[in-house]
Amino acid sequence: MVGIDLLEVVDVDVALSGRMVLRDVNFRIDHGEFTGLIGSNGAGKTTLLRVLLGLQDVVRGRVLVHGEPMTRSNSSVGYVPQKVLFESDVPVRVRDFVALGIDGNRYGLARRSRHTYELVDEMLESVEAAAFANRRISSLSGGEQQRVLIAHALVSKPELLLLDEPLANLDPGSAQEIIQLLHSVVTNQHVAILLSAHEMNPLLPVMDRVVYVANGRVASGTTEEVVQPEVLSALYGHHVDVLRVHGRVLVVAGGDERGDSLVADHPAVVLE
Amino acid sequence: MVRWILEPGLFSNGTVRTALLLGALVSVVSGVVGIFTVLRGQSFAGHALTDVATAGGSGAALASLSPLLGFVGGGVIGAGAMDAIGVQRVKDRDVATGVVLGAATGLSALFLYLITLQTSTTGSTQSILFGSIFTVGPSTLPDVALLSVVVLVGVMVIRRPLLMGSISPELAAARGVRLRMVGIAFMVMLAAAVGLSAIAIGSILSTALLIGPPASALKVVSRLSHAVVLASVLGVMATWLGIVFAYDSYYWFGSGRGLPVSFFVVADVLVEFVAVNLVARRRRLRVVEEPATTAMPEQVGWI
Amino acid sequence: MTNAWISGTIIALLAGAVGFFVVLRGSAFAAHAIPNGAFAGAAGANLVGINPLFGLVVFALGAAFGISSMSRRTRSDVATALALVMMLALGAAFLATSSAYEPAVNALLFGEILGVSSSEILPVVVLAVVCALGLTLLYRPLLFSSIASELAVAKGVNVRLIDTLFLVVVALSSALAVPVVGALLTFSLMIGPPAAARIVTSSAHRALALSVVFSLLTLWAAVASSYWTDLPIGFFVGTMSAAIYLAARAWMRLDSRRSRRALA
Repeated sequence: MVGIDLLEVVDVDVALSGRMVLRDVNFRIDHGEFTGLIGSNGAGKTTLLRVLLGLQDVVRGRVLVHGEPMTRSNSSVGYVPQKVLFESDVPVRVRDFVALGIDGNRYGLARRSRHTYELVDEMLESVEAAAFANRRISSLSGGEQQRVLIAHALVSKPELLLLDEPLANLDPGSAQEIIQLLHSVVTNQHVAILLSAHEMNPLLPVMDRVVYVANGRVASGTTEEVVQPEVLSALYGHHVDVLRVHGRVLVVAGGDERGDSLVADHPAVVLE
Repeated sequence: MVRWILEPGLFSNGTVRTALLLGALVSVVSGVVGIFTVLRGQSFAGHALTDVATAGGSGAALASLSPLLGFVGGGVIGAGAMDAIGVQRVKDRDVATGVVLGAATGLSALFLYLITLQTSTTGSTQSILFGSIFTVGPSTLPDVALLSVVVLVGVMVIRRPLLMGSISPELAAARGVRLRMVGIAFMVMLAAAVGLSAIAIGSILSTALLIGPPASALKVVSRLSHAVVLASVLGVMATWLGIVFAYDSYYWFGSGRGLPVSFFVVADVLVEFVAVNLVARRRRLRVVEEPATTAMPEQVGWI
Repeated sequence: MTNAWISGTIIALLAGAVGFFVVLRGSAFAAHAIPNGAFAGAAGANLVGINPLFGLVVFALGAAFGISSMSRRTRSDVATALALVMMLALGAAFLATSSAYEPAVNALLFGEILGVSSSEILPVVVLAVVCALGLTLLYRPLLFSSIASELAVAKGVNVRLIDTLFLVVVALSSALAVPVVGALLTFSLMIGPPAAARIVTSSAHRALALSVVFSLLTLWAAVASSYWTDLPIGFFVGTMSAAIYLAARAWMRLDSRRSRRALA
């Protein structure tokens, strides 16, 4: 198996309702890597995640998992959506919801074994959600729901976990906790993570690689390789400066001929 | 040919003239209110209110009150009950609507049964549920007209906050729209509109006029003002054709027994819906870039 | 009367279980529309003189497939409303041409405890078993796609197929329930009891079981009351279903107030 990546995206083009939204996407993810999928809102991050899940057809190119073409419901890929809207009185407890991550797609009424619930409890433990294992899923706060969704995805033992903007609705403190939690998942359970975010700074300490989406195209590599003025300028199609201030990265639209200095259309920019 | 479609005596008949006038009024009100009902995804509530109106209508018949009072009053009380149980969150509406609908239908069952016990006349169930526009006397017309005008003016008054609340509740709330107030006001107007059409084509089938023409209009027109006009026109067409066919159908079987008006009205509404869908699909094939298939008007004209 | 108890019990067991998912999926409107298809079917069967159960099943299935195929093109509540009025209008036309007299119409719409003859018990049992097997087979994917359809799709559940199959189950159970409970009130048995059950308990299995129990209690009480008072059974089913829901809400509110007081 040496030399075959966990996930490989080759020359992928994606169109949505007749409009090309992603072109020439190429990147790979190896076992146990933490990759950030960075781009502003509307750059096509969610579309790219849907391609990796087999929910969105591509116009051109291939998505390979273990060197094989990707199929929908691939058990080696887990998915954590940004948020699930539950009705207020859903009669489903957190434990049962996580168990659906194992058998939710199975027909019939085979009883769940004790092993299933042991696995569920272990997962809830590992995301520090054991305290609310018996509550209704609809009664959770944003941060609590995020942990439960992660446990739900992890319980089927995937090798790659895709997370869609998991930090978007969280306050900075909870976001830090989730990042630490995901980092420990990568190290302890040896699961690779691809996490989309519009702000890369909180991820800098844990991120092995970055896939940067802008202008319908993608640049990938280590953070040092990608977050460079030349690379990002080529991506955006106009001059971009990368500033490093107190260990944070700011991407700023560079001065053009008229000498204006505009902030790039990129919320990673922090104006202080 | 014309004589075959329009049976002799159609327009000289006073009952038919009243029916045509009544049908037009009711169709316009249903079209206008229906546009917002479809936009807000409240078809179920709209339909449930018709059944609540049935309970009111049959209750009124039992107590020998004015049917108009019964239908409209029942609808308004039902709207209040749904709001009390909770229709704020879209996902919870379903249960609130269903519970009120069930209770109201149960009451209708009781009232209609008692009516059959009380009177020896038959056919009251059919006429309350499925309507018979030919039996509405001309004396009801002024009341219906007055109530129609009240509902239309009411919708005009709240149209902007209503539309904003339908498109984006958050934005509307941020602009100071009191969503709950607007929601209740709309439900009351919906109840009144439904009560009106219940008199004309029967309480259950009034859903057809409320949902059919507006859904058709929103398929092909993107400006709200155009959609309102088109829905009204489609509604009036369906009702008038329905009346003409029903009148004709008395002669079809030779036995003096015709098919109900409501059957023809619903059939016309469905034919319009299918035709409009075909037109919309034709157009979509021509235009490559089609925005997502929501029924939301993109530009808001008139406002 | 014995037939009413037997078929009523079967109907209640089924409606409680089906209703659990109806409420979970927010398909109350479809559950209301489909029995009206059954109504048209019974009226049509009456007109041409064939076995009413056949008409009930065929037209209920027609309504279910109509809703599920139209929902792909247009908003599902609009599709449901149009299917509903189409079925009702057909029913009205059938009745108008068949010269059915009023009590028969009322029985179809609002229920009749003597609506099942002993020769019909066997087909009712067979259809009920089919529905129960269907629900058992679908249980987990149905539960999963009902509470988080996006996640279910990502996990490979064919959500569209599940949706259609579920509506078929609703259609078959409606066809059984309509002759007894009535076309306009069959759905209330699928809303009130399950909605009450899910307020009271947070576990899916317990809510499902409780929904069946509530539905049984409602129907037995309704059959008995209808028998004693001679009033239509639909009246009792409709109001008792609503009452059990309101009672559950009141009980929970009281309960949470009591526990708050215990904390203070």
